[in-house]
Amino acid sequence: MQPADGSWLPLDGVLAVLGLWLAVGLSGVAALRRFRFVARVLFPIGGAGGLALFGIGLAGVFGGAQTAVLAIGLPGLPFHLRLDALSAWFLMVIGAASAGVSVFAAGYFRRGEGTPPGLLCLQYHLFLATMAGVVIADDAYAFMVVWESMALTSFFLVTANHRIAEIRRAGYLYLLIAHIGAIGILMCFGVLQADTGDYTFANMRAQHLSPFWSSVAFGLAVFGFGAKAGLLPLHVWLPEAHPAAPSPVSALMSGVMLKTAIYGLLRVLFDLLDAPQWWWGALLLALGLASALMGVVYAAVQVDMKRLLAWSSIENIGLLVTGIGLATVFAAFHMLPLAALALTASLFHVATHALFKSLLFLSTGSVLHATAERNLGKLGGLIRSMPWVAWITLVGVLASAGLPPLGGFVSEWLLLQSFLFTTGLPHPVLNMLIPIVAALIALVAALAGYVMVKFFGVIFLGQPREEKLARAHDAGWLERAGMLWLAAGSIALGLFPVQVIHAIDPVTRSLVGTGVGHALEGGWLLAPTSIARASYGPVIFLLGGAVGCGLAWLLVRRLYHGRVRRAPPWDCGFPWQTARMQDTAEGLGQPIRQIFEPLFRMQRELPSPFDAHPRYRVVLEDPIWHALYQPTATLVARLAAIVGLLQRGRIAVYLLYSFVTLVALLVWVQR
Amino acid sequence: MSAWSLFAQVLAIAVALALAPLLTGWVNQWRALLRNRRPPSLLQPYRLLHKLFAKDSVIAEHASPLFRIAPYVVFGCVALACAVIPTLSTDLPMAPAADVIALVGLLALARVFIALAAMDVGTAFGSLGARREMLIGFLAEPALLMVLFSVSLISQSTSLATMVETLTHRALTIYPGLPFAGVAFVMVSLAENARVPVDNPATHLELTMIHEALILEYSGRHLALIEWAASLKLFAYSCIGLALFFPWGLAQEPTPTALAAALVVLVVKLAIGGAALALLESLSAKMRIFRVPEFLATAFLLAVIGLLVHTLTAA
Repeated sequence: MQPADGSWLPLDGVLAVLGLWLAVGLSGVAALRRFRFVARVLFPIGGAGGLALFGIGLAGVFGGAQTAVLAIGLPGLPFHLRLDALSAWFLMVIGAASAGVSVFAAGYFRRGEGTPPGLLCLQYHLFLATMAGVVIADDAYAFMVVWESMALTSFFLVTANHRIAEIRRAGYLYLLIAHIGAIGILMCFGVLQADTGDYTFANMRAQHLSPFWSSVAFGLAVFGFGAKAGLLPLHVWLPEAHPAAPSPVSALMSGVMLKTAIYGLLRVLFDLLDAPQWWWGALLLALGLASALMGVVYAAVQVDMKRLLAWSSIENIGLLVTGIGLATVFAAFHMLPLAALALTASLFHVATHALFKSLLFLSTGSVLHATAERNLGKLGGLIRSMPWVAWITLVGVLASAGLPPLGGFVSEWLLLQSFLFTTGLPHPVLNMLIPIVAALIALVAALAGYVMVKFFGVIFLGQPREEKLARAHDAGWLERAGMLWLAAGSIALGLFPVQVIHAIDPVTRSLVGTGVGHALEGGWLLAPTSIARASYGPVIFLLGGAVGCGLAWLLVRRLYHGRVRRAPPWDCGFPWQTARMQDTAEGLGQPIRQIFEPLFRMQRELPSPFDAHPRYRVVLEDPIWHALYQPTATLVARLAAIVGLLQRGRIAVYLLYSFVTLVALLVWVQR
Repeated sequence: MSAWSLFAQVLAIAVALALAPLLTGWVNQWRALLRNRRPPSLLQPYRLLHKLFAKDSVIAEHASPLFRIAPYVVFGCVALACAVIPTLSTDLPMAPAADVIALVGLLALARVFIALAAMDVGTAFGSLGARREMLIGFLAEPALLMVLFSVSLISQSTSLATMVETLTHRALTIYPGLPFAGVAFVMVSLAENARVPVDNPATHLELTMIHEALILEYSGRHLALIEWAASLKLFAYSCIGLALFFPWGLAQEPTPTALAAALVVLVVKLAIGGAALALLESLSAKMRIFRVPEFLATAFLLAVIGLLVHTLTAA
């Protein structure tokens, strides 16, 4: 540890939490099959660790940078750790989201589901610890060790139900892409250390690379971290792995783990590399927009609720990267206040997305346990049997749809504001293109609303599409508590954006040298530059809306009456209404399929009017899978077949190879 | 914030609530006149609201609380939207709480709630209406934002009050981006308010319904609130359009004479606008639902062209 002057440092606190998580995980192994102990004691302790990490992160944001050297690792290669504002902000996000997820998980896991509870507890807490470790690592060696441990623990968590072949396949795809990405990151660090042989981040910061090599490092970072974040075209693992994992794990992966990739991108782009170039930003804008649009369009046509959320995560990652790209463009033209605004939007969205996406994944977990059904076509009407889950989910749905006064709207607002400031760019082509980017962002945000109405409406509203749904039970109190925490976080982020941005201010200061916090007047109005320019006051907003609703309610009752009569649904007088006549998930996807047809690879089987047993089938596939992954896989298989010609399976042949090699070498040396 | 600006704020909300059904009645009168029918009374919408409020509310037996809350949420959202739009004066205490992006968000919130409520009972028409409403919503919202952005680039502000102030005070310069934005705004408003080329407010044919299909299950006071909210929304859109493209005549200072003059100007502008809307509706035929994306994509592209024209001429 760093010899401090006896005072307590946030970095010590982070290490203490990591230690606690490791201890919790190991106790889980000690009590491998004692289900109640693991669920009711260990997971809540882990949740308390998350809460502590949230507090420590908050202290660390304002605390300035601290470093430490841990005496573990290889000889001569110790772990360097560093806690600065950027890491502290991500620690806050990890802590806040994992606290809710851990409490939920305490009530979620059931006996006899794949991996034994104790082992699951170890994997889960190791996963948490490695995610926190990624953001405090300060040299390439430590970073890669925790990064790979994170990939491995999450792989084991994804394959918790490893007896199902489909889940094993999803896990394998995930592991493969995670490792291809890791190679990219490793090579990026290799470029960044510029032949000095010193892999600490401090050394990388000190290096000044030529424009060519810094562009190479940037490209490798985008490739490596993009693979982890699910950026197009490396997103294919995400819609497979998230539905396969148990819901609390999907929540952590989608809400938190994807953010560590965003952290890595920010760290390399704004901290380790100096002087960004404008076309990097343009590239990030293009990739981010493509991911956002593709994600939201595909989310709208999904029929599996967890797959829908996974695609929606791709959309949100796309929005985050768009914000980072815009910040890069501004930073390249030395328009630092605007870069700070765009970065603030992205960092704010990191927090809101972590909370609401975790919440939505947890809610799918509750639905899954209550109904054993993931297919949207077999759900419906759950608001009546699961009111708690439904109403808490509504908060997450509204936040995810980017509606005021919740958290999702604030980041959308900030992002659109930073686009509206762009007219002063000293680059005419960018000046022309950027309004179009803003237009597409608006389209993505509006489509997100469509997706969320579909998600909530099909699962919770309407009539139950299956008989068994009427017997669905509401979530237990631990699950409710975990979800309530996340919902409260989404509401707080939406109502108090100014206070949150004060905590983001040190982060943007450390990255681009300035922030937007100083420009925020008072405590209630969000006005990044001036009130005359743009302002948004969520509390006034909520109060105004609530007064409007309340007055309407009171006056109607006072002036008229409050009588209600219950009757069968009207439906234009049609009496034989059944649950199967409701719009289905496919039906809600149909307009999207029609409008965005070029984005899909679609196979349709329509019944003819003369079919005795009419069948309707539509298969939607990702064209990128067929255009990029299939040919690559075929190519690899061909190469392997050629290499395979050498493998004869007989020892004599292999000895012959050795002999020929030796002779060849001798000839070469003697020459 | 003076007492008079507070008064102007309360007056703006009161005028919106009182005048909105009148505007609907006025448009209906013109629609009937243009078709050589005997027009209904101008006060017909008020009578309808009174009748609906007095009736019992009949609710489907398995409707959830969401179904009963939604009309109040919708009404509250649209009323709040009317509070931040400069209808009479630009000095509104509520205005800083929401700029145009927040305004669009507010209207989207109302739309999401009405769509969810329509799905709640689980009838065929309700979910069909919800799907169509959200379809039009996600097409119209970006177009509306683009219109507002192209105006906000002129005024360098997204606050509606500041936008209107700069537009009133401009010298007689003609912004070439504005006509594009104006046409796009009219198209979006027609779609958002369920007017003729997109939806028909007077239809009785369920298969072509959008807005009416959403609210089929509502009755009594809930229906009254939704109908009132629909007229408020038409009023709000008309006022946004008037404020952006015909901003003259608004009170700069909240004095009684200025407010009274502004009220007169507003009524005249709305009367002309309402008649124009009825004319536009009578001249066009309702389009098939899958022509609507093309219609709104045109509006979107027009708005983007307006934006680009502005950036080109400003550069």
